Amino acid sequence: MTDLTRLHAHEMSPLLRVGEVSSRALTEAHLAAAERQNHSLNAWLVIYRTEALAQADAADRRLAEARRTGPAALAALHPLCGVPVGLKDLVSVKGGQATAGSKILAGYIAPFDSTVTARLRQAGAVILGKTNMDEFAMGSSTEHSAYGPTANPWDLTRVPGGSSGGSAAAVAAFHVPLAIGTDTGGSIRQPASMCGVVGMRPTYGRVSRYGIVAFASSLDQIGPFGRDVRDAAILLHAVSGHDRRDATSAPIPVPPELLSLPDSDDEAASYLRGRRIALPREYFVEGMEPGVAARVREAVAAMQAAGAKVEEVSLPHTDYGLATYYIIAPAECSSNLARYDGVKYGFADRSSGEFIADYLRTRGAGFGPEVKRRIMLGTYALSAGYYDAYYLKAQKVRTLIKADFDAVWAAGFDSICAPTSPTVAFPLGAKLADPVAMYLIDACTLPVNMAGLPGVSVPAGLSDGLPVGLQIVGAPWSELSMLRLARAYEAITARATWRAVEPAELHLTDDPTTPSPAERMTRHTQGASATGSGGQA
Amino acid sequence: MATLSRADVEHVAHLARLGLTEEELARLEGQLNHILDQYTILTMLDTEHIPPTAQTIELANILRDDVVTPSLTTDEALSNAPERSGDHFVVPAILGGGEGGA
Repeated sequence: MTDLTRLHAHEMSPLLRVGEVSSRALTEAHLAAAERQNHSLNAWLVIYRTEALAQADAADRRLAEARRTGPAALAALHPLCGVPVGLKDLVSVKGGQATAGSKILAGYIAPFDSTVTARLRQAGAVILGKTNMDEFAMGSSTEHSAYGPTANPWDLTRVPGGSSGGSAAAVAAFHVPLAIGTDTGGSIRQPASMCGVVGMRPTYGRVSRYGIVAFASSLDQIGPFGRDVRDAAILLHAVSGHDRRDATSAPIPVPPELLSLPDSDDEAASYLRGRRIALPREYFVEGMEPGVAARVREAVAAMQAAGAKVEEVSLPHTDYGLATYYIIAPAECSSNLARYDGVKYGFADRSSGEFIADYLRTRGAGFGPEVKRRIMLGTYALSAGYYDAYYLKAQKVRTLIKADFDAVWAAGFDSICAPTSPTVAFPLGAKLADPVAMYLIDACTLPVNMAGLPGVSVPAGLSDGLPVGLQIVGAPWSELSMLRLARAYEAITARATWRAVEPAELHLTDDPTTPSPAERMTRHTQGASATGSGGQA
Repeated sequence: MATLSRADVEHVAHLARLGLTEEELARLEGQLNHILDQYTILTMLDTEHIPPTAQTIELANILRDDVVTPSLTTDEALSNAPERSGDHFVVPAILGGGEGGA
């Protein structure tokens, strides 16, 4: 019998439909892998064995019923019926935890399902558990989780990226074929890049955020991780679409073709012919690791050889992106996180008996260092006398950044191709002491959020044995075109030797004596504390 | 742009209702100023006639009929309350507590 954890969701679905494999068997195999390796990876904050098996049995009953009814009933089932998925631990699942990686939400039990959860249940997906993340999705390494960092299955001494590092690592380690993340400044694409998987941030408004813990509301979007483009497209299809409970979700139809990206590599590759790809020169500058730039240029050259037309373009306000983002996102977070007041839910310190003092203690003890830093930045940027200089200024520059992208679409380009992250995965602890060095890791992804655009990161080879991601960005609502392009790139590199390489240190995770990621991070930061921090991006 | 003094950091912490230790305040003073230094690049851009962007998709107001639909029950809404009394959240005494905030 083949190892069920190596299957893609699009391979599971036909087997489930004909009854050749059961959802229970698939779920058992994935649960076993997740449970066995979580000590070494810390990708999961909770694994729902009992609930997952019950959902798997329910999916098996749905599948059996559809088989009895006939081909039309089987065809009506979503391809995710019976397929295990992971959810970042800021997605509400009724009756379960939603810590958002924070101590302030320890013990919180969601009284309702998010729309994403409800849609996955409707599709018949099996929710295997909740994945680790930077606290309130603020971070680029998953080291800012209050529940310890996650390790990268390619090298257990390195970060998986972040903030959705648990989801990326779980998919890369074959614990689930698919997982949900959120992306405010790169938090899906960047960990996907560092873990060698596919991750997509859809257009702002594509996926309902009802029931998702908020970070920065003009930037947050929910999206899929998968080990190939077809799988990511299937998960995106399941969770997308207008929702009356989220006023920012858009009444734009979800393309059904997301479920039928070509299986044939030849057919997929033909999509490249005549496509116009823009290569922004500002994304290949100092600070970019040579190995990353080389892999991305090779990827673009391969697409050109397959018929795409590649031209260099300028996105002239790229250099202003980091400062703009790190005003807007903290400002929005300082407002969103005002709700953690120790009254309605979450951690509360009532030891003083005095309102303001209890408020200060609750928030002082409940939030971690990065969240406090961003609340401070945002509160300052919005405070009297500084609003115009910081927040309003940043919103105006945001207009210019968005206009840069608009000009590319107006010039007739189909997509922009760029690196996802300027570096491969860096060592645990290397950037913890220097927030600005950590923020620079998002330089290639966060302009896309500020313009509200869809972007997908796909594996594009290895540098020093670690994964490099190619980022493909498109115009609003062009997810299907972006995924077709990503699938085409996957097709033309299907026989590349690096495609067959599995995460190098995955085998170590089975060993119960392997150190936990938290132990490795402590060791590194103690060793590096004399010099302060590692090199910047 | 501006530089944050230790007193400014304490003031902002109070506005944000964050109780910070001496060590945290000292570390944040350095870190926040380092981050604010990165913001100075924005002063190089003339944005006087550029409108601000607050949202990226062109959605107008979203309206719906004003009808009652199912929502959380009182028990569900109170299920995570740190302290509850009957059908109410218990809030620490607000009046007579000394300082009035900023």
